[in-house]
Amino acid sequence: MAIIPKWAFILVGIVLLVLAPIGQGNYVALILCSWLMYTIAAMGLNLTLGYAGQISLAQGSFMAIGAYITALLTLSGVHWLVAMPLAVLGCFIVGLLVGFPALRVKGHFLAFVTLAFNTLVVLVLRNEDWLTGGSYGKSNMPRPDFWLFNTGTKSTFLSIPLSSNQKMYYLCLAVFIVFALLMYGLIRSPWGRAFKGLRENPIRAESLGLDTRRLTLLAFAIGSAAGGLAGALVSPVVQYIEPNSFALQHSLRILLMVVVGGSGFFFGPMLGAAVVILLPEFLRFTEGYYLIIYSGLVIVLMVYSPSGLMGVGSRIVAAVRPKRVARTDMKEGAQL
Amino acid sequence: MLEVKEVYGGYGKVVILNGVSFKIPQASITTVIGPNGAGKSTVFKAIFGLLDIHAGQILLEGKDVTRLTPREMIGRGVTYVPQGRNLVPQLSVYHNLELGGITVKDQAMVRDRIEVVMDQFPALRQHRDRKAIELSGGQQKQLEVARALLLDPKLILIDEPSIGLSPNLVQEVFRTLMRLRDQGVTILMVEQNAKAALAMSDYGLVLELGQTRMHDRAEKLLADPRVGRLFLGGHIEEIQ
Repeated sequence: MAIIPKWAFILVGIVLLVLAPIGQGNYVALILCSWLMYTIAAMGLNLTLGYAGQISLAQGSFMAIGAYITALLTLSGVHWLVAMPLAVLGCFIVGLLVGFPALRVKGHFLAFVTLAFNTLVVLVLRNEDWLTGGSYGKSNMPRPDFWLFNTGTKSTFLSIPLSSNQKMYYLCLAVFIVFALLMYGLIRSPWGRAFKGLRENPIRAESLGLDTRRLTLLAFAIGSAAGGLAGALVSPVVQYIEPNSFALQHSLRILLMVVVGGSGFFFGPMLGAAVVILLPEFLRFTEGYYLIIYSGLVIVLMVYSPSGLMGVGSRIVAAVRPKRVARTDMKEGAQL
Repeated sequence: MLEVKEVYGGYGKVVILNGVSFKIPQASITTVIGPNGAGKSTVFKAIFGLLDIHAGQILLEGKDVTRLTPREMIGRGVTYVPQGRNLVPQLSVYHNLELGGITVKDQAMVRDRIEVVMDQFPALRQHRDRKAIELSGGQQKQLEVARALLLDPKLILIDEPSIGLSPNLVQEVFRTLMRLRDQGVTILMVEQNAKAALAMSDYGLVLELGQTRMHDRAEKLLADPRVGRLFLGGHIEEIQ
């Protein structure tokens, strides 16, 4: 049986993503933007949690920090292309600091430390209104103008009319593709394997000479930087941010995306974000019942496959694929 | 090769090692035995920099390596294979081997070394793309030993290599260790399977309550009735 190479699937996926908003209204474009932004945030959390094994309930707060830094800078006239890397850098540094407790506490205790950090960020955003606008937040952030591609205005491209929201979608898509490539490179590199080693057993990782302290901090910092990148997109896409947009429930949603998609799988967060963001939209025809159906589906999924949707995929592949010829290396007993 | 001098250490305030001392010569196998809680694994952690050392000194080829970090110890040619399963189960054999050289900047050299190591363990070459979790217990242990060899160490600290293996596989692992000894590698091993381990070792070391109780040629320890009785719950002083 001919095997379709993985890159062909990825190419088809990218083509579908490019075509997705064409002919659709503003609402669909915004929902798709939301899916891409949350996917980026969830991929960051997947690195911290899924690959490096460090639980975090603060990813929403890093989106907040990224969104506010971008909002403040772009509102003061700085171009988004400058504001975005500064937001990412800011989150990287804060993530590094948040990683320090992870050197001392693990598991549930670490979850509570990060939960407290998320709450702290929301409180600071709410109370420091001289900077953040308090409960009213920040609004009217400009959409970036890339000279030939101004996301703030309507225009036509190859005779296809594109609204401002559709253009923002393409900006999100471009950022997502670049980010996904970087993340893929990281995970496939020896560093990615080192993160897995850390997740499996920190003491044993240390016995290989891995600097588990540095790895833990880096896992937090890179994951948080991804949250900041997502936040840097939220600011021009939504054009209105306020503290409650990044409260604990958003961190829990991002965690849900990672777990539902499959923690520790590269494509897991993309599927997870699709379930959490897109599935409720598809279920809207059920009117008042959609949340019940949605919650029920998630519960069934978690019971059937704790490793998420990617785990379901692995099970199907295992069932369909012919079994390996059993242990030909052990024909004469356990030959080493 | 390695000298441990009056080392005291433990986990925080809990003292496990109470002045342990011993010397091991180059290109030899020394087996550390002793009852549970004697500090066998702890002494390995102390040597490898994974434990607080309160007092004492550790010398490697005459140089002081007390309190060096695991990374620095690897740089000095020491590798440590902890007790139990040490592999990343979802990674392939090749990628698990690669992890053994993660501290090395020259990754091309690591790839060359992986080829050399796989030449020594043909079963690993045969299964290079298979996930570690799909290997037999013996193959997994071979993979751990192979990974420890990746950086061409002078000294391997290996903790209970026979754990969870069938007697045939234990013998195979022991044969591998003897082959390495013949190639000039020094091996310090903790082993519960004392009789079998001493039978293939050059030297034996009996630890109890964090102190060295006996240290002699392995065949002498094997013949010593006190060693057998120690493992049945007695103490060296009572036996003497």
